[in-house]
Amino acid sequence: MNADAKIQIRNLAVRYGRKESLKGISLDVPANSIFAIIGPANSGKSTLLKCINRTIELTPGARVEGQVLIDGQDTAGIRDVYGLRRRIGMVFPLPVGLPLSVYDNVAYAPRMAGGCSRADLDIIVERCLRQAALWDEVKDRLKSLGTMLSGGQQQRLTIARALSHDPEILCLDEFSIAIDPVTTMRIEDVLLELRKNMTILLVTNLVQQARRLGDATCFLNKGELVQVDRTEVIFSERPGNQVTHDYVHGVFG
Amino acid sequence: MKPEEAMRPDSQPAQDASGPGGAAPPGRRRTAGRGPIRRLFHSLSERTIVSLIYLCGISAIVFVFSIFYFIFREGAPFLRDGFDFQKFFFSINWMPTSEVERSYGILALIFGTGAVTLLAMVVAVPFGLGTAVFIAEFCGRRTREALKILIELLAAIPSVAWGFIGMVVMGPLIVRVTGADVGANALNAGIIVGLMSVPIIVSIAEDAIRAVPDDYRAAAEALGATRWQVVYKVIFPAAKSGLLAAVLLGVGRAVGETMAVLMATGNAVNIPADGRFPFFHALDSVSTLTATIASELGEAPRIGALPDGSYPPAAHHYQSLFVIGIALFVITFAVNLTADLVVKGIRKQR
Repeated sequence: MNADAKIQIRNLAVRYGRKESLKGISLDVPANSIFAIIGPANSGKSTLLKCINRTIELTPGARVEGQVLIDGQDTAGIRDVYGLRRRIGMVFPLPVGLPLSVYDNVAYAPRMAGGCSRADLDIIVERCLRQAALWDEVKDRLKSLGTMLSGGQQQRLTIARALSHDPEILCLDEFSIAIDPVTTMRIEDVLLELRKNMTILLVTNLVQQARRLGDATCFLNKGELVQVDRTEVIFSERPGNQVTHDYVHGVFG
Repeated sequence: MKPEEAMRPDSQPAQDASGPGGAAPPGRRRTAGRGPIRRLFHSLSERTIVSLIYLCGISAIVFVFSIFYFIFREGAPFLRDGFDFQKFFFSINWMPTSEVERSYGILALIFGTGAVTLLAMVVAVPFGLGTAVFIAEFCGRRTREALKILIELLAAIPSVAWGFIGMVVMGPLIVRVTGADVGANALNAGIIVGLMSVPIIVSIAEDAIRAVPDDYRAAAEALGATRWQVVYKVIFPAAKSGLLAAVLLGVGRAVGETMAVLMATGNAVNIPADGRFPFFHALDSVSTLTATIASELGEAPRIGALPDGSYPPAAHHYQSLFVIGIALFVITFAVNLTADLVVKGIRKQR
């Protein structure tokens, strides 16, 4: 195991009541790379992301065992959980435009963290919207409600929002299920660009998306880590594991 | 399809009429096909039930209009002769039984109602919304259930009991704390009516808050928002139409409340505001529109018309109370309509 990894997950197990969602998985996510997580429904992909920013604690009935280390530091020991969450950007499957203006959506996190002047905010908002490839479409209506944008625009808005607190880690949970292929491709280009200065975790149902973007890919099935390896290996004809092979080649799932 | 239909035996269409889908289970097929009498009975009972439901539906409209009609009919003679719009709404002299000069001015009563409502909302809005936020966002499941039952209980307390508390508990307390001359005053009634409005505000506001999608909370929490930041910056904007409706319904409740107000205000026709600091005197006794109707209607004689169709001046007291009723009707209608428009307007904006 690589001690230099950005995120180290050690024997992570999560239980919702009696149901085991993650059954003790361990993996390393290297810095400045795109780490794709694939697997059929209910395999624990989203739960894994929730453990990283500790929003799992807000789910009633969830019990967590094991460790998540970021930069070698155990996240469970971090007192300022809100500070921790601001180090991690999170994008959800369905675009959730908060019922605020476009500007306020992006300025939400920096404002809450405090210590930003109006001018700072303007700069942050523009930078994030540009990074999410949305600036040109919304620059004339920053004051209109974020929920009025189209689905694809809203999803890019959530990406801009996730970038607004300058995270070290960006987690995307099936970001493309509600948007069209063209927008998806644009966002994928954005992600490849962002990889240069952050670690990206990409949960996806589209195995081809993992293949296009992932530097490394891990395959989860029923809460167990089946395989983690370089993406080329996972998608090769001989990934070394029959279940992985069957899944990425569409035999099941 | 056409030839197939033509080939069917005669009983077939009747079966189809018995239920949508056509593929009825065998048991049902037997009852439906038993004969014309049963079919007649079916269609008759169906029609009866539908018309009963229809009747229930329109009865609400009929009731509202007939209430308005009867109030208007009783008040109409006063509106016809001797009614001075300006004097009625802008005079502070409510002296309906004076032997020297009868005067019907409800301005003081409007101020009384306004003062009590305002004070009630000062109490009820923070308290009600705070409780709703606590129930919906902060407390555990068991606490929530217990609190909801308690709040429903609060709503079930009869208003005369609230009035009693105002007289016996709140009055002396206010005298002791503030040194006011009398315990029965606008502040007393405001607190009591505010507490009475809390349950309605809590239940509607809580529904509105819980209707906010969990995705919003998850998104805000993932951005590192604290619980209060989630409530303040995300839940409130998302639920604002419902919250506003809750507050306006609370206002409606406060304007319409009678018994508790009658017992707690001191029932003195008086404007609790003037040019002297602090301009608004919550410790003055006041009288409200509703309380005036309730206390005076029993004593005002209902005098019939003279042979020439006009009414003696003494008859106007009774009639003027009904005109106050009309004014109240208009006020509550306006409040409810505003609530409705606000909610609809905000919905459209989304």
